[in-house]
Amino acid sequence: MSLTTQDVQKIARLARLSMNESEIEAARSQLSGIFELIAEMQAVDTTGIEPMSHAQELSQRLREDTVSEPDQRAAFQAIAPQVEDGLYLVPQVIE
Amino acid sequence: MKWEIVIGLEVHTQLSTNTKIFSGASTAFGSEPNTQADAVSIALPGVLPVLNKGAVERAIKFGLAVGAHIAPRSVFARKNYFYPDLPKGYQISQMDLPVVGQGALTIQVEPLSGNAKPYEKTVRITRAHLEEDAGKSVHGATQSMTGIDLNRAGTPLLEIVSEPDMCSAAEAVAYAKALHSVVRWIGICDGNMQEGSFRCDVNVSVRKPGEPLGTRREIKNLNSFKFMQQAIDYEVQWQIDTLENGGKIQQATILFNPDTGETRAMRSKEDAHDYRYFPDPDLLPLDITPAMLDAVRSTMPELPTTKRERYTGSFGLSAYDANSLTSSREMAEFFDTTVGIVGGANAKLAANWMTGEVSAQLNRDNLEIAQCPISAAQLGGMLARIADGTISNSGAKEVFRALWAEGGDADAIIEAKGLKQVSDSGAIEKIIDEVMAANADKVTEYRSGKDKLFGFFVGAAMKASQGKANPAQLNELLKKKLAG
Repeated sequence: MSLTTQDVQKIARLARLSMNESEIEAARSQLSGIFELIAEMQAVDTTGIEPMSHAQELSQRLREDTVSEPDQRAAFQAIAPQVEDGLYLVPQVIE
Repeated sequence: MKWEIVIGLEVHTQLSTNTKIFSGASTAFGSEPNTQADAVSIALPGVLPVLNKGAVERAIKFGLAVGAHIAPRSVFARKNYFYPDLPKGYQISQMDLPVVGQGALTIQVEPLSGNAKPYEKTVRITRAHLEEDAGKSVHGATQSMTGIDLNRAGTPLLEIVSEPDMCSAAEAVAYAKALHSVVRWIGICDGNMQEGSFRCDVNVSVRKPGEPLGTRREIKNLNSFKFMQQAIDYEVQWQIDTLENGGKIQQATILFNPDTGETRAMRSKEDAHDYRYFPDPDLLPLDITPAMLDAVRSTMPELPTTKRERYTGSFGLSAYDANSLTSSREMAEFFDTTVGIVGGANAKLAANWMTGEVSAQLNRDNLEIAQCPISAAQLGGMLARIADGTISNSGAKEVFRALWAEGGDADAIIEAKGLKQVSDSGAIEKIIDEVMAANADKVTEYRSGKDKLFGFFVGAAMKASQGKANPAQLNELLKKKLAG
């Protein structure tokens, strides 16, 4: 499978990446390579093999439902670009 | 030709855990902005999610309550989209393998129109999955900036998805109410709709009978049952009008405006539905072992349906009474405790008082059953005195008023107010004799066929006894004596 320039532009937009033409072309070629690898794997007959959702055959460890995180707002907000009244400020979002 | 309405619901219930789904930050409501936004909630680089056992247990509880399949292995996935209240750039949710599979909920529908009778219906539940909530955007505080509060980010949600089994606003509201009651009953969600603990998205479409499903529009974020009904009614009419005027329905996400009673489409975000789900590599599959399932099962309270069956079966209550008594777990537990005191043989008496006097007084004082000034023990104590004939029903009402206003116990009030009813047949006969002697003319009329006067004699004798005569005994003796 080979990706078109439009495919790459769409993926870049979804990932909020700004790319110029030469970057798009480079990404197109690299992504196409990845898709070729996937196509190779897809071709393997996996009949009867249970799909895995994670590379490790382990199960999720669970955490007790007890509060363990103190309030560290001051520390976190010290490195934020802009804060006011305890809120993180971002460029206006219009619904 | 008539239109058929097809409705399905997606309900986000906020789980009542102490901490977030993937970190140990508190979920308490109403704290100062971002004081509960820890490194995981604000998505600092390098942090990893660790799943909250309490959230998993609550999801299992829900599955058990609706008779659903609990997945022995379920998987968390990333749902990718950009919004500032979601700092990771993706929401951790479940896609292909949700924790709760197919189940069902039986609902009692009260039709909204005219004389239609209430009926029962079973709504199929497609699935329920665990996911994290996003933060909150605060608009307008600062010029051309939006404030972000991430206290809510990472709060555990159980999204419960129904099949499109409802065909009226009344059914959709009945389902939402039943679900609301179940999640509170099993204690997995506080059900506080104002605080957003129970949020409903409603998918609505219309079609001609026999035709395939029409295009649906999704009404987002309804947080009151009243608004839900208004929004559905408006939306259904809008879709029918549009189609009958030759228009087409476009799939859309819409909002309901309670001030105008109208629905309107949200501006469609470009690529909004391209979420590019994939299994989250930060989280291993969730395995629910039989042991964990059994442990959760052992903490399940008796469910409303089981209670209703017991009430109608063992106690002989009407379906209506059984429904009222199971409208909340607090109500049912109050009733169970009361019956524990007066005995199953008097369950009907207890039910009558609960659905009658107690409910009416709670309504008048605008109280919930949990705030009832009379305890189940106090009510039971009083009902026991009705059951053993110590007080009449009208005497009991006086005791009830005293208990409500001043507290205390029934026996002391009966003693203090002299409400003990006269069950001594000699004493009652004496009263009857006096009443008959004072109304000799009416006795003659009665005996010559004017049966209606019986009520007069009952009233007069009861009055002469100052309301204390045992009514059943009084009736019986009066009948005998008047017959001559």
